[in-house]
Amino acid sequence: MSQLAIILARVLQAIPTIFGIVVVTFLLTRALPGDPAAYFAGASATPESIAEIRARLGLDQPLPLQFVDYVRDLASGDLGQSISTGQPVATELLRRLPASLELTLFALLLSVGVAVPLGVLAAVRQDSWIDQLCRFVVTAGVSLPTFFTGLLLVYVFYFLLGWAPAPLGRLDMLHIPPPQVTGFLVIDGLIAREWGTAWSAFKQLLLPGITLALFTLAPIARMTRAAMLQALASEYLRTARAAGLSSGRVLMVYAFRNAMLPVVTTLGMVFSFTLGANVLVEKVFAWPGIGSFAIEALVVSDYAAVQGFVLSMAVLFVLLNLAIDTLYTLIDPRVRIEG
Amino acid sequence: MTDATYTPQLAAGAKRSSAWSRGFAHFRYVMTSNPVTFIAFVLLAGMIVIALFGPMLVPHDPLATLADKALKPPSREHWFGTDQLGRDVFSRVIVATRLDLLISVSAVALSFFVGAAMGACAGYWGGWFDKLSGRLLDTIMAFPLFVLAMGIVAAAGNTIQNIVIATAIINLPFYARVARAEVSIRRNAGYVQAARLSGNSELRILIWKILPNTLPPMMVQLSLNMGWAILNAAGLSFIGLGVRPPTAEWGIMVAEGANYIVSGEWWLALFPGAALMLAVFTFNLLGDGLRDLVDPQRRT
Amino acid sequence: MSPQLTGHLHNPPLLAVHDLCVEFATRKGTVTAVRSVNLQVAKGETLGIVGESGSGKSVTSYAVMRILDRAGRIAAGKIEFGGMQLHDADEAMMSDLRGREISMIFQNPRAALNPIRPVGKQIEDVLIRHAQATHDQAKRKAIEALAKVRIRDPEARYHAYPFELSGGMCQRVVIAIALACKPQLLIADEPTTGLDVTTQRAVMELVRELTRSEGMSTLLITHDLGLAGEYCDRIIVMEKGGVVEQQDTAKLFAAPAHPYTRRLIRSTPHAARNIRDLLPEDLRLPPPPLLSVSDEPLLEVKDLVKEYAPPGGLLQRLRGRGGAKPFRAVDGISFSIARGESVGLVGESGCGKSTTSAMVMRLLDATSGSICFKGGELTAVPAGEFARSPLRRELQMVFQDPHESLNPRSTAAQSIADPLLRLEGMSDAAAIRDRVEALASQVGLPLELLDRLPHQLSGGQKARVGIARAIATRPELLILDEPTAALDVSVQAVVLNLLADLKAEFGMSYLFVSHDLEVVRLLCDRVIVMRAGRIVEEGPAARVLSEPQAEYTRELLAAIPRPAHLAGHAAATRAVNA
Repeated sequence: MSQLAIILARVLQAIPTIFGIVVVTFLLTRALPGDPAAYFAGASATPESIAEIRARLGLDQPLPLQFVDYVRDLASGDLGQSISTGQPVATELLRRLPASLELTLFALLLSVGVAVPLGVLAAVRQDSWIDQLCRFVVTAGVSLPTFFTGLLLVYVFYFLLGWAPAPLGRLDMLHIPPPQVTGFLVIDGLIAREWGTAWSAFKQLLLPGITLALFTLAPIARMTRAAMLQALASEYLRTARAAGLSSGRVLMVYAFRNAMLPVVTTLGMVFSFTLGANVLVEKVFAWPGIGSFAIEALVVSDYAAVQGFVLSMAVLFVLLNLAIDTLYTLIDPRVRIEG
Repeated sequence: MTDATYTPQLAAGAKRSSAWSRGFAHFRYVMTSNPVTFIAFVLLAGMIVIALFGPMLVPHDPLATLADKALKPPSREHWFGTDQLGRDVFSRVIVATRLDLLISVSAVALSFFVGAAMGACAGYWGGWFDKLSGRLLDTIMAFPLFVLAMGIVAAAGNTIQNIVIATAIINLPFYARVARAEVSIRRNAGYVQAARLSGNSELRILIWKILPNTLPPMMVQLSLNMGWAILNAAGLSFIGLGVRPPTAEWGIMVAEGANYIVSGEWWLALFPGAALMLAVFTFNLLGDGLRDLVDPQRRT
Repeated sequence: MSPQLTGHLHNPPLLAVHDLCVEFATRKGTVTAVRSVNLQVAKGETLGIVGESGSGKSVTSYAVMRILDRAGRIAAGKIEFGGMQLHDADEAMMSDLRGREISMIFQNPRAALNPIRPVGKQIEDVLIRHAQATHDQAKRKAIEALAKVRIRDPEARYHAYPFELSGGMCQRVVIAIALACKPQLLIADEPTTGLDVTTQRAVMELVRELTRSEGMSTLLITHDLGLAGEYCDRIIVMEKGGVVEQQDTAKLFAAPAHPYTRRLIRSTPHAARNIRDLLPEDLRLPPPPLLSVSDEPLLEVKDLVKEYAPPGGLLQRLRGRGGAKPFRAVDGISFSIARGESVGLVGESGCGKSTTSAMVMRLLDATSGSICFKGGELTAVPAGEFARSPLRRELQMVFQDPHESLNPRSTAAQSIADPLLRLEGMSDAAAIRDRVEALASQVGLPLELLDRLPHQLSGGQKARVGIARAIATRPELLILDEPTAALDVSVQAVVLNLLADLKAEFGMSYLFVSHDLEVVRLLCDRVIVMRAGRIVEEGPAARVLSEPQAEYTRELLAAIPRPAHLAGHAAATRAVNA
């Protein structure tokens, strides 16, 4: 099987998963206890308005029909109306998505950039100080509540040291957002050659990014170290050494490439954690992403907004997993045959 | 005697020590051989004591508000200071232990038993049940788990009970998958085949021969998930789900304290946050020790 | 201990090891794995190091290569290679020598290759490292190296990954890597372990031919005295980290000086006339019992078939079932076992012998065919429900891996008691204990070991527990599924004798599943040879081994490594047996 065919097969395999996601989000509103119409009507609704909403939403129809309506709406990009903002949920989410993506991707780059070398070094120099450091980071990292780390960083770097800007969003008051190209303020600022704006946006991004990265650092570093140790103890590595290959080549071509396979697999789980922790970090740093939007919606029981949020996060996650699978197919020849 | 000596008949008296004394000796061995495990168990014991007796021991009423004493830094009278309503932070942190442990223990216990049973059946018998449960777990795993928990609590209603259920659901795949994998690799192991030849029924084999052998990896998963479950539950209450004020709970206390961090009143958020961290840390350390306890290979 | 190396005195040896000691740091303190080992390999010579597990033979070779793992270190002694001191050479020098002057091949060849790198690239890596090729020529030279180890269609195989090649092919690739730079010394560490006998022979012949044509020296590490006897000029015997004897091969077999060597030679089945010959000579046991085999058939298997669905996912199934046929692991075989008879079922891996035994044992349902036991049809009861059948206690089995077949959480006594509880319905603890102790005595398991867990027992002791469990219900038919494959030869000798005695004592019938024709010869009355799910030959053991009818049986017999010095002897013993 060619690589392209396998990647295509993976994309096809994602379809039932997306269907499952749609079913679950649908069931979350319709089949669970409580009156969805009351949710959609909001807290201060009268029985009449609830009944009217029920009819308007088609909630008086049988469940399968409701599901068909729901899927049809989704297919046309309709996620319903947000009660709190009065805007279509899809519009609200799309407007806030770049902020969340910028934060998440920055944090992932940061943590992969630190965790992988750390894990590799820890495995190569087992029981050295760097290995001890790695173990400490790993144990501490999984024990730290993200929101707590964020607050600590704010206290130290904003309140005590004054190095970081106030944790209030993506850009301070002095700058106006650059014209939107990618939606990522730092990159857009660079594109527009507004260096001050880009720098300011970067400073705002730094603390929440580090907070999120600290959280994802631990699983990646732990997996890298374990996979690297396993590769270093493997029989093919012994063959490579017995053939006199230079230690650099043995490490990079023979050990590291093999060790990356399980690490790439773990990335899926790491993405799951990151997208969840993202919500918490956005709240701590008043980051105007879809996580903050969802929390505001939760507080006022704006259910359509919450549902849209859950759905879009899940779809985002499926896409990320698809990217991982594709990457894996490219680096592991064994997948191609099993296909 | 070595392997290579041929001694068809050999008689000797055999000693048998009771299972209890052997079990205790093994516990002591695990505790003394690894100081980290020992520390973890001491911390756990401390947490359990605080959860059980904390409310009786605290110096102040965790809910009593004193407007004139609001936002006081830690002092001799208020070890962890007071919050924006003048409540004693120390007393609140101590009292919250019970609720936080209760939420995470019941959530993890729920998902452990349901997940282990589901995974074990899927791994042992395969077939349609395996496919169905696999599909269900895949669907759960297709969501970012914390986001799914948010969705469940939001839909099912904002109560502590629903926090427990949501946390249990998002933990379910971990146990079910470990149990499925561990059972499935042992399904046709030599000693399982031997048990079939010895006349054990399939159900008996699964429960008495296979499941006990899957305990060591399950225990590691359990302790890791316990920490993660606490973090999740606290995260949910941090964003305002489940626990409502004025109840003392670590997540919501950090959330309330968050507003005062930028103005330098650090003690509101720090102490409940540190308590949360310590709890998660304890469970993470516990993993290896629990595995050693249930792993017969560690016995000497 | 240090025999004169006649004929090699004029030239300095290529490799000389003096008083080598290797220690390992473990959690329980320092363990000496190799103590005061002396050995020399002359140019062009093939030296064998023979020993059982734990003898230190592999550690010695790793020390020569200086690839001991982190815990191990050379505590004392000297290693000289072509005038260079290797024992204290730095890593840069060693890595320059490895692969260019000294190479190594390993057991388990598939694991010895990088799973995600094309095999051709792995050969290139070595060539380029040791400046045997520039980047432009590397590919051509790698393909040449593949052709040299007789890999067909080397241009295509250049791009293959290890998982796409058979075990034998992988070992050829490992040899190609090792010999790519024409080293002076090749260390072969159990190069044939895990390969089928016919592949074993091909691999060894290849190694011999290539090293001879290049005038290389070889150090062959093996547990198989027969293998060493056939391929080595000289043999060193190691036991528990020390050298017990070193001698020219012919002399070693003709007049072994050390008792351990004598025991090792005796327990190797090639030379034995009967099963008692495997045991040390100082044990004077009565001759093996002769059994009266009745004509009454105990088990009759007719047209037994096991099919497995072809591999493939949803897509293949949707595309139509036309292409792939179900795989027939067992393809319509028929045989019978008489009461009191021992039948050997022999074949290489994948021939269907284990599937057959699992079906007879009622662990696996047959696709079609009949299994008739004592006149009753076994296939009438599905395998899943056979545990409740009264026939369950009549059919028992001893498993291949003694360790894996014991529940890690059960003591030896609990394992042996399990069938008593379930099949005999015993419930009185004291009575069960008595029976367990009686069984332990019968299999020679010291009673004080009964309360130990499997990981606290040695391989031979675990094998005894497995046998005691299998005979606990006094079965009429016992299937032995390679019961000694995981054991050292000296332990194998003891276990085989135990099995022969037990059979006589209880009048059981055996179905002995094995890949080893020599072992089967000693234990069985009749032999069935299987290949690709079918029976290719069947007959009395002595006849099949001395006058094989089928081409495949001849191939199997020819593949067994047999030292030339013993060949005549073995043929004679077979004639006597016949």
